[in-house]
Amino acid sequence: MADMKIGAYICKGCGLGERLDCDELETIAKRDGKAQVARQHDFLCSADGLKTIQADIDNEGVNRVMIAACSRRAKSEAFNFDGVTISRANLREGVIWIRPDDDELRETTQEMAADYVRMGCAEAKYSTPPASAQEKGTNDTVLVVGGGITGMTAALEVARTGYPVHLVEKTGELGGAAAKMWKDVPRHSPYTDPVDTEVARLAAAIEADNRITVHLNSTITKTSGAPGRFSADISTESGNTVTENFGAIIQASGATPYDANQLPELSYGKSKDVVDRVELEQLAIAANGGPIKRPSDGKEVKKVTFIQCAGQRSDKEGHLNYCSGDCCLTSIKQAMYFKDQNPEIETEILFDDLRTPGAPGEDFYRSGQDKMITFRKGQVSEVVAGDGGPRVRFKDLILDEDLEEEADLVVLATGMVPNSGVDIDNVPQNEPGEWEVNVDSILNLNYRQGKDLPHLKYGFNDSHFICFPYETRRTGIYTCGPVRRPMDTQQAIEDATGAALKAIQALESAKIGRAAHPRSGDLSYPIFRKEGCTQCKRCTVECPFGAIDEDEKRYPLFNESRCRRCGTCMGACPVRVISFENYSVDTVGQQIKNCDIPEEFDEKPRILVLACENDAYPALDMAAQQGNSYSQWARVIPVRCLGSVNTIWITDALNSGYDGIVLMGCQKGDNYQCHFVKGSEMAHTRMSKIDDTLQTLNLEKERVATYEVAITDIDRAPQLINEMAETVNQIGLSPFKF
Amino acid sequence: MSEVIATNQTILVVGGGISGMTAALEAAECGKQVILVEKNPSIGGRVSQLYKYFPKLCHPKCGLEINLRRIKANRNLRVMTLTEVSGISGESGNYSVTLKTRPRYVNENCTACGACAEAVESEFDDEYNYGLSKRKGAYRPFNQSYPERFVLDPAIIGTADADKAKAACKYDAVDLEMGDSESTITVGAIIWATGWKPYDAGKIQPYGYDRYQNVVTSVEFERMLDPHGPTGGKILRPSDGKEAKDVAFIQCAGSRDLNHLKHCSRICCMASLKQSTYLREQYGDDAKGTIYYIDIRAIDRIDDFHQMVKDDPNITFTKSKVASITEDKATGNPVLHGVDTEGYHRYSNPHELVVLAIGMEPSVPANGFPMPVVLNEEGFVEQDEANGAFFAAGCSSDALDVNRAVQSATASALRAIQVINKVAGAEG
Repeated sequence: MADMKIGAYICKGCGLGERLDCDELETIAKRDGKAQVARQHDFLCSADGLKTIQADIDNEGVNRVMIAACSRRAKSEAFNFDGVTISRANLREGVIWIRPDDDELRETTQEMAADYVRMGCAEAKYSTPPASAQEKGTNDTVLVVGGGITGMTAALEVARTGYPVHLVEKTGELGGAAAKMWKDVPRHSPYTDPVDTEVARLAAAIEADNRITVHLNSTITKTSGAPGRFSADISTESGNTVTENFGAIIQASGATPYDANQLPELSYGKSKDVVDRVELEQLAIAANGGPIKRPSDGKEVKKVTFIQCAGQRSDKEGHLNYCSGDCCLTSIKQAMYFKDQNPEIETEILFDDLRTPGAPGEDFYRSGQDKMITFRKGQVSEVVAGDGGPRVRFKDLILDEDLEEEADLVVLATGMVPNSGVDIDNVPQNEPGEWEVNVDSILNLNYRQGKDLPHLKYGFNDSHFICFPYETRRTGIYTCGPVRRPMDTQQAIEDATGAALKAIQALESAKIGRAAHPRSGDLSYPIFRKEGCTQCKRCTVECPFGAIDEDEKRYPLFNESRCRRCGTCMGACPVRVISFENYSVDTVGQQIKNCDIPEEFDEKPRILVLACENDAYPALDMAAQQGNSYSQWARVIPVRCLGSVNTIWITDALNSGYDGIVLMGCQKGDNYQCHFVKGSEMAHTRMSKIDDTLQTLNLEKERVATYEVAITDIDRAPQLINEMAETVNQIGLSPFKF
Repeated sequence: MSEVIATNQTILVVGGGISGMTAALEAAECGKQVILVEKNPSIGGRVSQLYKYFPKLCHPKCGLEINLRRIKANRNLRVMTLTEVSGISGESGNYSVTLKTRPRYVNENCTACGACAEAVESEFDDEYNYGLSKRKGAYRPFNQSYPERFVLDPAIIGTADADKAKAACKYDAVDLEMGDSESTITVGAIIWATGWKPYDAGKIQPYGYDRYQNVVTSVEFERMLDPHGPTGGKILRPSDGKEAKDVAFIQCAGSRDLNHLKHCSRICCMASLKQSTYLREQYGDDAKGTIYYIDIRAIDRIDDFHQMVKDDPNITFTKSKVASITEDKATGNPVLHGVDTEGYHRYSNPHELVVLAIGMEPSVPANGFPMPVVLNEEGFVEQDEANGAFFAAGCSSDALDVNRAVQSATASALRAIQVINKVAGAEG
């Protein structure tokens, strides 16, 4: 690295010049911040201001730019220079906007600004421009696991975009669940009649596409590597294994029909004329457009009853707690099989809530009504054997009557169970990579943290985020179709297309060493200093994305392109050997150290606030925008994630005389809002252990507080800071002031 | 304004709500050149007006912050606000698109310091709060709005307020000479993400939305919960500002109805279930919620949210399409009339406030598209080869929740990229 040269630029716009002594700030930047170049500008984000900075970069060799102006969230497109690091001292939202404009308060407001200038320079001094990861995978091929409609669509869409694909299917043919259907729910307007499943058309298109290689009767027996350089063993039933390399992976492993044998109360298994939805499709295929005959005696069905939510939406033992999403449409479609063949056949659908959303869903439902399918809000208690056929006992909720009706055939609208492999959070691990499991893994990842993708609720492999359905917890591996959420074919096709984009994006990002969502575009990556490592494994255990394995000597083995740059490993490391070029124990630690701690008799406390940059920090910014105020003693430092907070920062801060520390992270727990999964939770855990440190230092435990703060906590976040100021006021200043 | 550079390898995204932002970002993060146009002064769309999402009850602004950071960091993506598409001609891989941009009267010098808003006096209905509050004639649409610039209401141009705004600005950012501008760009593919609008509740005549103050829509109710919104975060009755603890939610208000929208708007059931939790959060055991419904469509694995609300003794469910609403003059309470179809009981139930779970209508009417597009009967864009490289994303394709809208947007981004890659391949 060439010589470091800090340029400090102090803006006097937006009232900064009037509220603050910018000459003094310039002096501080030079004297305390060691900035070789320091300038003031009336309007730094103007074309002229930016030109000044660029000229210093070009002519003076400035390579660490420290901008003392507005929040790092503002004008970030203007203050965007190549090849240098950029630090921001937040004098507007962080100082003058959150402090009242009052002559008596001028001194403490100026001190805040001065500290932020010192802190900004310290950050600049310890940062280097990210050079992008060393490990750059260049593989362009996408692996698609699962050859149902979802996987077939994903493969075709990837190929259509110009990338090669390997499609692996465990059975002997493509098509999955749809191949076992007579017809499917319509996917185009008009949404009135069952349509061809299009399995044959998709299979032919795959056959015709020379970018797609199909592996039938095959499973993935081992997956290793990272985006851009995955390696997968594809093994056939007969034991032949080929190893292929991939840039990204799409998991479309689908769902298994719920086992209706768990529903004896509905006579499944007892009466041949009680079938599940899959068996009804087989009967329809056998009928091939002619009359559908019932299994027991081959009699043509004249009356069929569909029981919705069979074994679903129920907390009974063995039932599914969720709604499988597509069963209402499927039963309407299946009732049409009968009605379209012979309108005289009685078809009745017993439902609780009929769920046919959107325009296509409601049109199809209406078409069912037009075809004279009977829809009845009824709660089925049991199905019993009768002379002529199964008898359904139910309560008609509209008539408020208990009824019993006989049918030739009863169809149970059973749900789907995701094929999501090993539930890695709930299986014992004997040794790293050795699992006590008897469930077949889908991907057989050789990751330290488990063979498959972590499950969400009910075993689905979904993203946890509403805004980001493709925010995967294993970088470069995307699930789609019913393995991630119960869904119908139309949605699965859409989902597969989306997943195809994400897979392509992941491999393209890996090529240039760029992070994936949510820090997309970040070129920094974790740098590990092996010499100091004590092999404590905290980083490998705590990484929310399974990015770190262990080598044969049990040192952490970083897979940069799996890394999401949250810094949780850095926060976890007790010996501080993990850092990023522009975010490290030093870039934050030195900010803490470079804040001026007044002597005890000055009676000016200092409160360190470490705030999540995505939620708490914006909340504080917006509080400033709305005219809120918070304590003049606070010094706020944004962190990538609360999970990146290393306890050394807390210990150092306490040792150097800070009087209080406030940590603000996202909501943790089941409904966590932390985009780095467990960062906030881990920070809370780490901080619960900080009490020992406080005790050793003989400090009150109230001096450190950890909170869950949402981006909308515009009033609450400042209040939490003020509460700490009040606490410090009550318990007194820290004795550690030197 | 600097000239817009676009080629037949550029993707145009129309609409800056969550679907448009997603489509634009996903394509740009694949390395493609993208132009995102939005007709309002800020991107963000309807999710920026939501207090919380179902089923996680997390805040949409958190995702918006991430998306805005992605947008600011991405040099492949260019955002044009106050801009609409007025014409499209050409074919897949080579479209000529006419864009019309209305004046913001504030240029890129703006630092969002707010001095102009302090200076002006006139006030207008605040669109962000669906007219439930007022905003200044110089304003920032909301606290996260992007671009981070103020905007002048065209109504103040030519008035003293405009001059005050200009005089207050120290950065020469207020430009009263700005006018309409038009430009024609070439793009290879178009992603249409114009989203939805709430169905006009006034058209549901028996519900008296335009007659009774205490009948509000679900989108208005959502704004009440914003701590910085029109009621400071409190659930209050518009008529008298009293706390509304007994609230009725009417499902399918305008949806699943041949007289109005014949489709199911999908989100309304979950939205009302979510909003019933707001009520409980705010008024505890004093809260009483009643949900009038046809079917509760808490589809797939989020049905557990429905179960959770069902288990709440203070929230009751009545299977009924409400026939009409009258008003009790003495109390201002809306009175709901109808038949509970479970057992066929007639009811006339007074409540303190009624929330209409209002349906989703496509923003652009069937005759409002700038090129011929295949639509379904409900006016949503069909995926059809005849549409060429015009791909619908999000709620312009169907009534979708946020999760599905984002999936749809991501898929549409890939479809657009496929066209661009083909163009690039052909041109070497």
